Amino acid sequence: MSSSEKKSPLIRIKNLYKIFGKDEKKVLEQVKAGKSKDAILAETGHTVGLSNINLDVYPGEIFVIMGLSGSGKSTLIRHFNRLIEPTAGEIEVAGSDVMQLSSKDLQDFRRNKMSMVFQRFGLMPHRSVLDNIGYGLQVQGVKKAEWQKSATEWLKTVGLDGYAKQYPGQLSGGQQQRVGLARALCTDAEILLMDEAFSALDPLIRSEMQDQLIELQEKLHKTIIFITHDLDEALRLGDRIAILRDGILVQQGEPVDILLNPVDDYVEAFVKDVNRARALTVETVMQPQVCRISTETIGEAVLQMRKSKQDYGYVVNKDGYQGVITQDTLDNVEKSDYSNTLDASLLEDVPAVQSDALIETVIPELLDNAVPLPVLNEDGEVEGHLCRSTLAEVLSDQPSVEEEKVTHV
Amino acid sequence: MSDSSWLSDIPQLDRHQLLDIRKTLDGAYRSFSREYGDSIEAFFDPLLTFLIWFEKLLLSSPWWLVIAVLAVFAYIASRSWKLTLGVVVAFFLIGFFGMWDNTMRTMSIILVSTLLAVLIGIPIGIAMARSDRVQSAVTPILDIMQTMPAFVYLIPVVMLLGIGKIPGVIAVIIYAVPPVIRLTNLGIRLVDKEVLEAATAYGASPMQRLFGVQLPLAMPNIMAGINQTIMMALAMVVIASMIGVKGLGQPVLKSITNQYFTLGLMNGLAIVALAIIFDRISQSYAKRTLQNLGGH
Repeated sequence: MSSSEKKSPLIRIKNLYKIFGKDEKKVLEQVKAGKSKDAILAETGHTVGLSNINLDVYPGEIFVIMGLSGSGKSTLIRHFNRLIEPTAGEIEVAGSDVMQLSSKDLQDFRRNKMSMVFQRFGLMPHRSVLDNIGYGLQVQGVKKAEWQKSATEWLKTVGLDGYAKQYPGQLSGGQQQRVGLARALCTDAEILLMDEAFSALDPLIRSEMQDQLIELQEKLHKTIIFITHDLDEALRLGDRIAILRDGILVQQGEPVDILLNPVDDYVEAFVKDVNRARALTVETVMQPQVCRISTETIGEAVLQMRKSKQDYGYVVNKDGYQGVITQDTLDNVEKSDYSNTLDASLLEDVPAVQSDALIETVIPELLDNAVPLPVLNEDGEVEGHLCRSTLAEVLSDQPSVEEEKVTHV
Repeated sequence: MSDSSWLSDIPQLDRHQLLDIRKTLDGAYRSFSREYGDSIEAFFDPLLTFLIWFEKLLLSSPWWLVIAVLAVFAYIASRSWKLTLGVVVAFFLIGFFGMWDNTMRTMSIILVSTLLAVLIGIPIGIAMARSDRVQSAVTPILDIMQTMPAFVYLIPVVMLLGIGKIPGVIAVIIYAVPPVIRLTNLGIRLVDKEVLEAATAYGASPMQRLFGVQLPLAMPNIMAGINQTIMMALAMVVIASMIGVKGLGQPVLKSITNQYFTLGLMNGLAIVALAIIFDRISQSYAKRTLQNLGGH
């Protein structure tokens, strides 16, 4: 579906295991043999942090890793730049094997390839805001005039103009995280690791920061690994989402897949509280079969309507969608008038909705009209329809009637 | 002797066995000091030269210049006019009551000892912070250094180097260095993990982490350690005077043996004045570094 799938992955993690404890290698065998996390903790005192993680991240996407606290998501993100050493497994970034890097190469890798944003900001309290933003470049040994120039630019971009000489302690949480974000962007690294970056902020500031990130991403096209425990945030930001539970990757896929087809109770429990109207687009819930009426005369329209089983049709001509014609209207037309052209006077003015609109935004129009609304794609063609019952089903979290039947047969 | 004597008396070595042990150890140490005493003394020669030079510098400078320099230091460190004025008045009174020369001698040995304690202590503290193994090895040694009566470790030092300035400085350092080591270690270990992780994530080398993050953030604690070190060095002044270190300690020692109450009191007060001045200056400096961190 998304174009990213055609490209080769930028980051590839294969069979990654992390076990915390003294004798990790020995315990690894037991984990591989399929022993449960609890059994291993009880028998050996070792904690299984991550177990058999496989994932690919494609260039330019926001990849969200989600899970409750203790699910291992912060451990996982620290493997991308080897802040934590895995017990076993492969980590490949842009074709090079991160596990094989010497400490000097690893240092260069961290300087140039990845930058990171932290949950509690990780700013240096003894450095001014500008010094913090330029930290990555300073570490690389970039000249002062140069790093100050680019740090000042990023300071402006995140909207903290005039705060350059302040210290992190003087800023609010939201402002501090903006500094954190600017610091991460200042090194111009291709990959951005964000470890619960917005979790410590209050809801209003959080959604502001999400907007800012989306806005920046539209310009910058970074590859972003985003950790969160908040599904709303994941759905809002993520191009793809991976769900982690007790160190195991239980599901990964596009937001819609996760929302509509949760693989197990754990994911379902996550998904339950999500505001679907805000998370899903019209496209994902519409019904594709429609009765399109694309004729010049009334007579042909009657024929087309008969062929379809519905009692209404969407009238389309070369200028696109025109309106809805109902069976009742056609019945009232005299047979002698069948050769007349189908004109606007017979049509009902029913608004169309765009396929990429959020459900939330189309609810008022849907409730105002008795007939299902036509759904238009990017080119203005009628692609499907959206009716009230579909909406009710999606929002009420009840399995649809058909599904019910299938499962009970 | 009856068989049950061990119940009432603790089992004990014979007197001649104890004597043998003492003789062997003392003999060994004596021959060690005879063998290496000279070369060890030669090793400390540069330090002695520096000590003498610094003492002469303080003694030969005009009194108003010394007071002016101290006042400037006090102001730079504390940014407080009150403290600066206090320093001027205190030193003027010390001079007025005829203790100027001894105070300069004491100050020179305190400053040199503190400087050396810091130079030795901070690297050891850093090493302790980096490795739990080093920490668990060094901690008991620090405990011994702080609790062992000063007179006891004066004995081998004096046997090795005789009496004079160098053994005095060594004794002062042994007594005064533990706080700066402990607090450097503690300060570095208390540095926020996420801040350090951020430095690592941006590719900082171990040296960049140490000098760019760990030491600056540990500074308030390190300064508290240096403050303690200065205080403990001052406390050693009287004991050091017993092995021939000149300064405010000697008149005190003389007062004890001859029961000169006023002489003892005046010199004691001079030591107290020095202590208060050094304490206030280093503490207000520590406080200012802390403020920079808090960003107020």
